[in-house]
Order: sequence, then structure tokens, then C-alpha cells
Amino acid sequence: MELLSGGDMLMRALADEGVECIFGYPGGAALHIYDALFRQDKIKHILVRHEQAATHAADAFSRSTGKIGVVLVTSGPGATNAITGIATAYMDSIPMVVISGQVASERIGEDAFQETDMVGISRPIVKHSFLVKDARDIPAIIKKAFYIAGTGRPGPVVVDIPKDITSPATTFEYHYPDKVKLRSYTPAQRGHTGQIKKAVQLLLQAKRPIIYAGGGVIQGNASPQLIELARKLNAPVTNTLMGLGAYPATDRQFVGMLGMHGTVEANYAMHHSDVILAVGARFDDRVTNTTSKFCPSAKIIHIDIDPASISKTVPADVPIVGPVESVLNEMLENLKHADEKQDAAALQEWWSQIEEWRSRYGLLVKPRYIAGDKIMPQEVISTLWEVTKGDAYITSDVGQHQMFAAQYYPFDKPRRWINSGGLGTMGFGLPAAMGVQYAFRDATVACVTGEGSIQMCIQELSTCKQYNLPVKIICLNNQALGMVKQWQDMQYSSRYSESLYEDSLPDFVKLMDAYGHVGIRVTKREELKSKMEECFAMKDKTVFMDIHVEPKEHVYPMHIAPNGSMRDMWLNKTERT
Amino acid sequence: MRRIISVLMENEPGALSRVVGLFSQRGYNIESLTVAATEDATLSRMTLTTIGDDHKIEQITKHLNRLIDVVKLVDLTEGAHIERELMLIKVRASGAQRAEIKRCVDIFRGQIIDVSATVYTIQLTGTSDKLSAFYDAVGEAAILEVVRSGVSGIARGDKVLGL
Ligand SMILES: Cc1ncc(C[n+]2csc(CCOP(=O)(O)OP(=O)(O)O)c2C)c(N)n1
Ligand SMILES: [Mg+2]
Repeated sequence: MELLSGGDMLMRALADEGVECIFGYPGGAALHIYDALFRQDKIKHILVRHEQAATHAADAFSRSTGKIGVVLVTSGPGATNAITGIATAYMDSIPMVVISGQVASERIGEDAFQETDMVGISRPIVKHSFLVKDARDIPAIIKKAFYIAGTGRPGPVVVDIPKDITSPATTFEYHYPDKVKLRSYTPAQRGHTGQIKKAVQLLLQAKRPIIYAGGGVIQGNASPQLIELARKLNAPVTNTLMGLGAYPATDRQFVGMLGMHGTVEANYAMHHSDVILAVGARFDDRVTNTTSKFCPSAKIIHIDIDPASISKTVPADVPIVGPVESVLNEMLENLKHADEKQDAAALQEWWSQIEEWRSRYGLLVKPRYIAGDKIMPQEVISTLWEVTKGDAYITSDVGQHQMFAAQYYPFDKPRRWINSGGLGTMGFGLPAAMGVQYAFRDATVACVTGEGSIQMCIQELSTCKQYNLPVKIICLNNQALGMVKQWQDMQYSSRYSESLYEDSLPDFVKLMDAYGHVGIRVTKREELKSKMEECFAMKDKTVFMDIHVEPKEHVYPMHIAPNGSMRDMWLNKTERT
Repeated sequence: MRRIISVLMENEPGALSRVVGLFSQRGYNIESLTVAATEDATLSRMTLTTIGDDHKIEQITKHLNRLIDVVKLVDLTEGAHIERELMLIKVRASGAQRAEIKRCVDIFRGQIIDVSATVYTIQLTGTSDKLSAFYDAVGEAAILEVVRSGVSGIARGDKVLGL
């Protein structure tokens, strides 16, 4: 057997786990690890400019590939800088392994230089964490970390390693375990057969069924099953913000995103349904509006890998705990042998009702905004869809631009829409685009952002330069923290408390030039498409499009809150449903 | 409703803080908590009492189960069970009070385990209600110091919480 130091064991274990790349940033407590990284050639490292970006990039690498993203940071400030990204991944159930250096074992607890209790600080935002106490444990801990991160309901796992543990001075026998067994952790392998049967029966009896699919379908790789089931049942499908792409958006049966800024037809269809099949979704408050008024006549079937997600905010009539893919497969199998027939007439009526809503309110049927001289943010997204032929990876920051992107870019494939849904982290977009572009070198990757959000991780333009990551940054520049301003318009009589920058925005075109990239400013409507085509024609360049859009525009539709139900929505500044 | 939840968990550093953290993070309250190693050194057993409606308790047990360190758990209050708590209590005992307190201790089947000229130290075990009743019987004025262990519990009959 081979003898390796702790640092070398760590690198070897990561390689044995199939890790191809790490996003990270070095520092004192991680230097033995960084030296071990230097002395091997299996794993690549991407040096970001801020540890938050490392976590977002690794997170987006996970979201887009389905593999587990890996982060390496040093102790203290390196670790704390990673926290926002860990929380972002946790809220969206994204698998990720974060390795943090720690001060030497004998220094722990002494307030040593760059000491923070990483296991303690990250505790509420990780699926699990490890503090390595003995170098010999490294292979087994790494194996467990990846197993825990990627199975069941996925999530981030932190491995905190004191500096002495990775010291080159001592070597140990290295052996990478090929299996993990944790007596305390056994994620469900399949759903309950009786419940699945009940669910199928309920769906067949439904007169007004709807499928409400979330990020769990994407994480659980169950899109093909979802599509097949939806087609068999001829049921309308709505996706959550996290689930966009789980069901093809250009398909007839898709009624759009649901929730606060979802389509009217999706929210109406939910509200008036008699059976809801919720798959890998968690009845988030941004979806349900007031829970006591949630879908009054619906029976709810809820499939989720995590029992704690079921009946948390809305009680389920038929709870099914299990991996969505296997549960949906079993449902399809059941459906084949079911004697019950659907009520075709009722379904017909349901569909004509939905078509009526769609033609009246649908976002993509005809423009739902009043176009003036200024470029409308919605048109930017529609143009982006046209220019990229609907086949790009789109990452997003947080704000109005995020909602416009979700509404106006119909995603036809899973893992194409990469955004921070649960935590809503401004600054996510650019590093996320880097992570995706790194995974898919030849793909078209665009980051839809705002002039506010982009400045939260703008330093990463330098990383794009170093690694030739030709991401396209589509900045909907409305000269304001637009989403904040919208709420101030709606609820605070337009008192713009700290949502404006006065004339302090940088010249983004010059800034891009300084970073060695290309900047394009667009202020005229008629130039939008041609400039965007120009942007995407530059295949190997990082390009920033500073697009000046109508600053007064609000995102609609919008749930009326508080105390509204799902069908209560603002359609524009003055009209409501 | 008051519930007693027994948890078997990995005897690992950090396990306890994850459980306690879960309660504060999700806004659940802990009435009492006891934890110690079991006959199997790799496991520790925790008993916690909490108050909540069925929905809340379901959420608590689901979230506890979700913790990687938690091997098994049971809500003892769902079935027949035995609960015990230990209390050590110092009371002022001088003059006529001494006999009075002694009598009270006997009635509650406690023991006087330490004596000074003016103070009795008493040990008492039982359900939490019984301990509280003793506390009331002696009267607040006489009480100098109280320490309670928190509830431990176990199911009645053949039922066993094990691997
Ligand atoms: C890190 C962080 N801080 C604050 C917020 C609150 N917030 C949500 S949207 C928003 C405004 C975003 O402005 P911009 O990026 O320009 O997007 P816009 O809404 O104008 O399209 C703010 C401040 C947040 N989501 N994340
Ligand atoms: Mg803005």
C-alpha cells in the first residue's frame, strides 16, 4: 500500500471520487493542501477572486452538470466568505462539497490567527459537516461527504481540516473505500406502493388536474418521466422558479411558472384544480400566497425525497416519500394497468377553460407591457431567447431582471436555468455563469443581471479572463435596485429609500475594457437585436451588454399580498384579477 | 401537548449541537434535555421534552430524523412509557421546620442526603409533575436552591429503542 501525507490523501481521494475541478482560493491554513494540488495533475483548480464566487461557481457547476461541485478555501475569512454561497446551495438543495482549511488542531479554541469555528458557523446551512481529527480518516470522510451531499435530498457538506492534518511531514497508508454505509442515514429508495396506487387513482378521477413540478424533478433527473406522465394524463403542467425546464416551456400543456410572479393561467389553474400532483416542490410561501386560502377544492398528492418537506406548510392528502424518478416510473407502470378511465368531457372542459385564461392573460401570447421609446426589459429577454435560439444556459442574479428572465425565456430543457431561488442571492449570476461555462466549454452561457447585482461579484471578470470563460453578461440596466423600488412604489408611496445610486454607476463599457473584455452599450430599441447578435457572434470573448431599459417598469403579474389567494394578482399598475 | 422524544444518536462531537441548533433555528422550544453515552460507546441517548401540537411534533421528529447523526428516535408519549426526573433541592430547615420538612420528604418518598444545622439537601425522583408538587408543598420561601436533571424516559413492556 502507498504512503501519502494528509494533503496528498485529500487530493487522491478527490480524484478517486471523480472530481475534475475545484473552485477555490488559497491561504495559510490551506497551504499544505494547495501544495498537494500543485504536485498532482488530475484535478484542475479555478482561482476565483472572492470565495463567495467559488461557492456559486461550484454550485452552478452542480446545477448544470448534475455532478457535485467542489470548493476549497482557507480558514477564517476564506471560510466566512464562503458562507453566502453555502447558504445559497442549501436553500436550493444543491449538492456541493466545501473543504476549508482550519488552524492547527492544537491551536483550535485559542482565537488563533484566522481561526473561526467553521463547523459551528455553517451548521444551520449545511446538510452535514465534518471536522477532521486524524489524517487517517480523510479518505473515509471524503467518501461520506460526497455520498451525503449527492444522495437523498442533496445539499452542501463542509469538511473542515486543521493544518497539521495535511502536513507533508507524516505519511499514512492510503486506501479509498468503495462503499459507504451510514447506519444513521438511509435515504428512501422507492415510494410506498399503496400510496402510489392511490395517487394514480386520484389522478384518473380528476376533473381538473394539474401537475406542479419543482426543482426536485431537475435534481432527481426525472424530466422524461414527468413529461411522459403529463402526456398520458393530458394534464396541464406548471413549474416553480426552481423547476423551470423540468417540463418543456414551449409545449402546449405548459401553463407557465406559478407563484408570486407566475402566469395568471398557472395560478388560476392551481386555484381551481381538484387534484394537484406536486412533484419535487415544497409549497414555498412565494408559491402558495396565503396558505389558508391555498387551492380550496384540491386534493394534494405530494411526492418528495424529503419527508420533512411534506405537509410542512400545506397538508398533503397523499404523501409519497421517495426519489421522484422511481416514484414517477412506478406511477407510469400503474397507469398502464389501471382500469379506471379519465373523464374525457371534464378534461376537455378544463382545457378550454385554461385556453381561455391563456389567451386572455398569457405573457407570450402578445406583449403584456406598454412599449414606449425606451427598451422594455421583457423585450431584452425575448430577444435573448431569439438570438440564442432558446438553447443557452441562462444564469441569473436577483431582482426584476431575474423575474423577467424566468417569465420570458421559455426553457425547454432541465439544468438550463440557473438561479438562486431560495436564498435570492444577488451576486450569484456571474460566478454561476463561470461554473457553467467551465463545465460546458462550447455552450452558449449568458448571465442575466442588473446593474445592482453585477456589482456584488464583478471582480470575477478577472477570473473570466484568466480561464477564457466567454460568458455573455446581459445587464438590464434600470439605474436602480429595481425590485426594491417596485415594492417602494407599491407599498411605500414611491419613497425610494436607498434604492437609487445618483450618478455613481461605473461606465461598464470602460470597465470591461480595463478587464480585457468587450463592452457594448445599447440605448436604442432598434439596435437591441443587432447588438445582441454581435455580442453572441463573439464566441470566444467575454462580453458585457449594458442595456438601458425603461426604469419605471414593474414585474407583473404579481400576487396580491398579504391575505391574497393564488388567483389574486395584479396584472399591471392599476388592474387586478 | 407535552411530548417526550427519545433519540439514539452517534456519539460524535458536534452531534448535540446539531440537535440543539435545530430547535433554536426552527423556533421549537425545548423544555428539558438530557444526554449521556449508552452501553454501546458509539451511541448516545438523548431525551428531550417539548411542547407542541401534532403538526409541530411531526415536523420536529422529521427534522430530527433528517440529521445525519440521528440513528433512531421515538416519541415516547405515543405509547405507554415511564418517565423519571431527578431533583436535588436545598431547603431551609431550622427549628420546627425541620420535622415538617422531614415529613414532607417522607410523603414524597425522597431522601435527605445531606444535613447542616440549618439546611437539608434532599434528593427526589419521579415524574416532572411530582417534583413540581414537592416544590409547591415545601413552599417557595424555604427553598434555597434547586437542580433538576431533566426528564429521562423509556417505553413500558417489551418495546426497546435499539439498533
Ligand atoms: C445579497 C442581497 N442583498 C439584498 C437583496 C435584496 N434585493 C432583492 S432584489 C434587489 C435589487 C436588485 O437590483 P438589480 O440587480 O439592479 O436588479 P433589478 O431589480 O433592478 O432588475 C435587492 C437589493 C438581495 N436579494 N440579495
Ligand atoms: Mg437594477
